[in-house]
Parts: sequence; structure tokens; C-alpha cells
Amino acid sequence: MSEAVLDSGAEAPGKKGLVEDWSRDKQVFGVPWGKAMMWIFLLSDTFIFSCFLVGYMSVRTATTDPWPNPSEVFALQAFGFNVPLLLIALMTFILITSSGTMALAVNMGYRKDRNKTFWLMVATALLGASFVGMQAFEWSKLISEGVRPWENPFGAAQFGSAFFMITGFHGMHVSAGVIYLLVVAFRVKKGYYEKQGYEIVEITGLYWHFVDLVWVFIFAFFYLW
Amino acid sequence: MAEEGQQHPLKIYWIMWISLFVLSGMSYATDFMNDGTLRQFLILTFMFLKAGGIVWIFMHMGWERLALKVAILGPPVAILVLIWLMSLEGTYIEDTRLEYYGESTFEPQEPVHH
Repeated sequence: MSEAVLDSGAEAPGKKGLVEDWSRDKQVFGVPWGKAMMWIFLLSDTFIFSCFLVGYMSVRTATTDPWPNPSEVFALQAFGFNVPLLLIALMTFILITSSGTMALAVNMGYRKDRNKTFWLMVATALLGASFVGMQAFEWSKLISEGVRPWENPFGAAQFGSAFFMITGFHGMHVSAGVIYLLVVAFRVKKGYYEKQGYEIVEITGLYWHFVDLVWVFIFAFFYLW
Repeated sequence: MAEEGQQHPLKIYWIMWISLFVLSGMSYATDFMNDGTLRQFLILTFMFLKAGGIVWIFMHMGWERLALKVAILGPPVAILVLIWLMSLEGTYIEDTRLEYYGESTFEPQEPVHH
């Protein structure tokens, strides 16, 4: 009887559940350990990206030189017009598309549909790779125009430092994510996870969605603001 | 670990996916507005709606237990303090520079287009 009373606490909802999950002498998070650790990793990554963005805010506030207008710096010629932020908008939509295919891959994983999971993850990885390719194009364009981490012809020098640091670090995360996705996708295809279950697809998905999440903030603060 | 992971009807994902496209489109549209408080307000609104949707639906945080929600979403609140301190610091440094070095004499070039 007493055991039954104890166990009932494990599934209590809301605040009661919060207290019991943390205070009972047991595993705190009712999720697979890999998922809990991924969340904790993403939390630490949140602080890293926040430091970059706050640093960017700080130097942009502190400089007395005019800040380059990202809308013009990142404009591209298309159909005879100057379209502001064209490539950046395209990159944003590509990342969102990849987020959707990833969400579907997680769902198909739990349905044990290995074939669909594999192809959805490969599609996600390909979209991610094209994102990195566009970023490489963006970097080459800016570098050829004389933008450097220490100076640029359009305004405050801090623009270059913030741009290369923030988008570079984000691009590195996307590249790592592409490799991570492909490794897990091929393991799914081979049936590596048949016994242990498909939480791994959700864990990989958490990382990928986080990369998209960071881009939402970079897009708003660096490109639009 | 009682239930088998996070399984939800596909419809939820489709709705979230389409909303993200619409919100991104509206975010991009703010770039064609004149600078001002309204534009900044809209940028932040669309940003938080998109971020919230990704975390809550795509990352399944909405279905997790409160113990995990608090542990992951609680600590980032501290960043608000950092933002506050660094904006004070940034303004102070700008004022100091203006006082000692005067206005900027930088002559920016027009960006080139390809």
C-alpha cells in the first residue's frame, strides 16, 4: 500500500509533480537520460549564443561610428531590382523547411517507419548543407567587398566582428548538425535502434530545432534590427 | 519513461510548420517598414512567436513535465540581467567616447550590389 502511495506521486501533475520529481530519491526527469543531457547541453549553448548577441548589442550601442544598414549590405540584385536581405530570407525559409522535415522524421521514428525516417533525416541534412553553402557565399561576398572583423567600408568596425563571430558560430553548429543527422539517419536505416527504441531521433531533432531557434534570434537582432 | 516517447498527431506539426512560414514572411516584411517603435515591436513579436512555437511544439517542451520545463527554461531568465547591465555599459562607453573623442568622422561608402 505504502509503495502505491509513493508511486502515485511520480505522475502528479503541475507544482505537486515539480516538488516530487525533485525531492524524491529517484531520477528527476521522467525522460531518457540522453534527452535530459541534450536539453542541458542546449541550455549551456543558449548562454553561449546569448553572450554573443548581448556582446553584439553592447558594441553596437557603444560605437560612435554609423552602423551599416544590414538591409542594404545584404541586398542582392534579382530580376533587375535590389531586393533587401534576399539571400538571408531564403536561408531562413530553408531552415524552417528543414525544421518541418525533422519534426516529421521524429514522428515517423516513433512509428518505427525506418525508411521514411531515414529519408526525412537525409532531406533535413541536405537542406542544412545548402544553408551552409549559402552562408559561405554570403561570407565570400562580404569579404570581397572589404568587410573584415576589424574594419569595413560601410560603417562601424564592430559590424564585421559581430557578423563573423555570430554567423560563423551558428554555421559551425549547422555543419555539426548535418554530420550528426547523417550518422543517426544511416544507423536508423541499418536498424541499429530497433532494440533500444527511437528516442535518438527525437534527441537529434532537439539539436536541429535549437539551431533553427538560434537563427530566429540572429535574424531578428542582426539582420532586421 | 512510462509512455513511448513524444507521439502526437501529424496535424499539429503541419499547423506549426505553416505558421512558421507565415511568421517568417511577416518578419521579413518588417524590413520594408520605416524604422521606429512599431517596427521593433513587430520584429520582437514575430521572433518570440516563432521561438515559442519551435520550443513548445517542435521540441515538445509543452508536453514535458514541469520539472524539466523549470530546469531548462528557468535559467535563461538570468540573461535579462546581463542585457540590462550591458546596455547600461554600452551607453556609458558611447557617452565617454563622445566626450573625449567627439563625434565620429567616419565616411561610410554605399554598399555595392551584384
